[in-house]
Amino acid sequence: MEFFLQLLIQGLSVGFLYALAALGFVMIFKSSSVLNFAHGELLAIGAFIFLVFSVRLNLPIPIAFLFTLAGTFAMGFVIERLFLRPLIGEALIEVIMLTVGLAAMFKGLLLVIFGGNLFNYPDFLPKALTIEWGAITIPPVYVASFIIGIIFLSIFGFFFKYSSQGIYMRSVADNQPAALSLGVHVRRVFAMSWAIAALVCALSGIILGIMNGINVHDISIMGLKVFPVVILGGLESIGGAIIGGLIIGLLETFTGGYLSTSLKEVIPYVVLVFILLVKPYGLFGLVEIERV
Amino acid sequence: MEDNILLQLNNISVVYSDVIQVLKGVSLVVKKGQIVSLLGSNGAGKTTTLKAISGLLKPENGKVTEGNIVYEGHLIQNSAPEQITRLGIIQVLEGRQPFKYLTVEENLRVGTATRWGKPYKKDLELVYHYFQPLVARKNRLAGYCSGGELQMLVMGRALMAHPKLLLLDEPSLGLAPFLVREIFEIVKRINEEQRTTIMLVEQNANMALLIAHYGYVMENGKIVMEDEAKKLRENPDVKEFYLGTAASGVLKSYKEVKSYKRRKRWL
Amino acid sequence: MRRLRFHPCGNFKERYEEELTIFTTDFGRFWLLVGLLILFVVIPFLSKPYLLYVINHIGMAAIAAIGLNILIGYTGQISLGHGAFFGVGAYAAAILGTAGGFPFWLSVIAAGVITAWVGMLFGIPSVRLKHLYLTIATLAGQFILQYLFVQWESLTKGPEGIMLPRATLFGVDVKGDRAFYYVIFVSFVILTWIAVNLVRTRYGRAFIAIRDNDRAAEGMGIPIFRYKLLSFAISSFYAGFAGGLSAYYIGSITPEPYTLFLSVEYIAMIIIGGLGSIPGSVFGAIFITLLNELLSHATEFFMNIGALTKIALTIAPLREFVFGLAIVFFIIFEPKGLAEVWRIIKSSFKLWPFSY
Repeated sequence: MEFFLQLLIQGLSVGFLYALAALGFVMIFKSSSVLNFAHGELLAIGAFIFLVFSVRLNLPIPIAFLFTLAGTFAMGFVIERLFLRPLIGEALIEVIMLTVGLAAMFKGLLLVIFGGNLFNYPDFLPKALTIEWGAITIPPVYVASFIIGIIFLSIFGFFFKYSSQGIYMRSVADNQPAALSLGVHVRRVFAMSWAIAALVCALSGIILGIMNGINVHDISIMGLKVFPVVILGGLESIGGAIIGGLIIGLLETFTGGYLSTSLKEVIPYVVLVFILLVKPYGLFGLVEIERV
Repeated sequence: MEDNILLQLNNISVVYSDVIQVLKGVSLVVKKGQIVSLLGSNGAGKTTTLKAISGLLKPENGKVTEGNIVYEGHLIQNSAPEQITRLGIIQVLEGRQPFKYLTVEENLRVGTATRWGKPYKKDLELVYHYFQPLVARKNRLAGYCSGGELQMLVMGRALMAHPKLLLLDEPSLGLAPFLVREIFEIVKRINEEQRTTIMLVEQNANMALLIAHYGYVMENGKIVMEDEAKKLRENPDVKEFYLGTAASGVLKSYKEVKSYKRRKRWL
Repeated sequence: MRRLRFHPCGNFKERYEEELTIFTTDFGRFWLLVGLLILFVVIPFLSKPYLLYVINHIGMAAIAAIGLNILIGYTGQISLGHGAFFGVGAYAAAILGTAGGFPFWLSVIAAGVITAWVGMLFGIPSVRLKHLYLTIATLAGQFILQYLFVQWESLTKGPEGIMLPRATLFGVDVKGDRAFYYVIFVSFVILTWIAVNLVRTRYGRAFIAIRDNDRAAEGMGIPIFRYKLLSFAISSFYAGFAGGLSAYYIGSITPEPYTLFLSVEYIAMIIIGGLGSIPGSVFGAIFITLLNELLSHATEFFMNIGALTKIALTIAPLREFVFGLAIVFFIIFEPKGLAEVWRIIKSSFKLWPFSY
């Protein structure tokens, strides 16, 4: 029973992390319909920028954190400007392949700069965050990730629901010509969504780094895990991404705990194929209406 | 140039994808505070004319290749829609294009995009004042609204932007005659009360000419006739081809070569 | 003898068959002959073993890339599992060759057929899925297959891998780069010939119709699911065949090479070469294989200069960077790929000096 509970908690927090990681992905997809294969690399870049600020430059953690968010936000803008803007209106496969190319580029660059070693952040989380509940202890990382995650999910929830910019962004995703006719700056919205997505990625990357340490290869594999998560939840739905993340996280930890650790890596994809066969648009995705 | 001219199209040509020429030298003038209606059959180039003004040609790979568009002293041909909308030209697209997954009120708020950051509460009230039925639907997803409500919604959305020139593309499309009358009355009221200049593209020539001050008739990418709306309504050709009744009040048949020839002269 | 046909100075085609011909002029046929002569007589005897080794790899990559182009470029179904299918072919050939005791030629062909079935299996989601969702389904296929390569130890021997017996063909030992060169390029020529002709038949036209608008294609009476599966099968056959050849050529296989990165490499080949173009697939295969070789040489070069080992170690990951850069560069600046560049070069020769 204890083992079960431990797995449950671990699964939920891993799942929560997946959800957070998927958030940036969904954001890009929602506003510009780009399937971003460079997602894992964006996570890694965020984690490494934080490493540079906090360890190499020895800045205080909160300042390093803010700098990282600002830096990745700017980077998102630049990526959109340089690589994605020329492709607006091009075929799907070209956009997908572009992000694949970007992924290879970023990964190579990170490896050149940092190498393939494992890095760790200094242990800055207060021990007070540890929750002990009977025989079960929840380490501070999980608690912190949960708190940060909730905070940011609600910030983004509010942003998209109530702020004007958020509404403009949703309008572009919904009906681009109409948004254009009302003077919504569509290109700026695309850039914004990349910037925000990069920022969210940095956030998840940092939490990931606190949990498992930072390694280019590991994190970029994490990025691919986002696919089962978002497909499960439906590509357009932020709420779906959270539920998808939790399901995949639980599935993985329980498979790892009770069956085998190697099966753990592949089980999300097996589930993915079955779900796609039964519900082609995921559990919460919008059914696409198409006509000849 | 006269002071009360708001918009002037000088001999513009529009080409799509570098090969398909749709407008062949269109010139027209829109005076401040008037309703100008643009009539013509399908494919005559009415919508293209509107899009050339509002800058929405660009995403469709269209371009103004000749002539110029003057709006309040600015040359605006081939400018980006973001800039043109910020000068006060807002187009209401054909076929009601709501943001389906946004609520009615959120839809209206998108209309503030050109004046981002300014208060919009008063504008919302104004829109609800003109379009009463929207109040009850405020928090509903636009995708579930009826055609009439949607038409009000998209027009209200455009009003939120405080347009100086409102381009309406077929507001009556697919609406019941009763609703059409209501919508046109509102258009007229907006024009009179808000002093908004309106350019109206319509198939329903009868209604359009009733509320308009001035009218243009397009055929095959050219302006073939222009006059004050009152006079256009009396014109026998317009009566026959667009209002559906001949001078004598009886429908004419194609056998009558005379009218056929007269039409041909236009094309 | 009929008159030689030269390039006409306009479109004078009168019959449908003329539109369909592969060679519009006799010069085309002549150059093909010259090309084949160079391919089979000149290259194998003038090249050093290392060069032959590289060319052999290009040949195998080209076969697999042509297969992928049939699926992506002609049928419009984006697959991220081609690397795994290549691996399925390699494993099938290895298992048939060792445990099954099949002869070389049979096990390679059987590898193609088996991979075709596996490809169809993973193509089944295309009944209901398209675009992004299908792409992700094939990504899942890639990971599942990768998992099976490592974990299904009774069949694949897991991470240890399988040693293959020496290939024999018609009683003759196929050993060394030159012998394999002939095997690979005879298959290459045959498979290319099949592919070029396939896209002109009703099947090829059905594929293109599905790519351009699957709903409309269905409306015109094309059973799209059957054709999509057929496309998956053909494409996987090419991958499996190439995989089988490579297993025999290298002599032993392990699960490592058949990763997502290999799939990406194949997609890069057809994008850089040109989507929906058979010669493009070949250009892409040449480009990527050479790029790979060049980059690993650069690494080695610096490694050998003692003082620069440190630089060499930092250069190794540059391979990935350059690779990504090449993809990004082509997509942004020449989305139609090398095939388009080739067409431009050819036509500027043809039209010289009156290029307008």
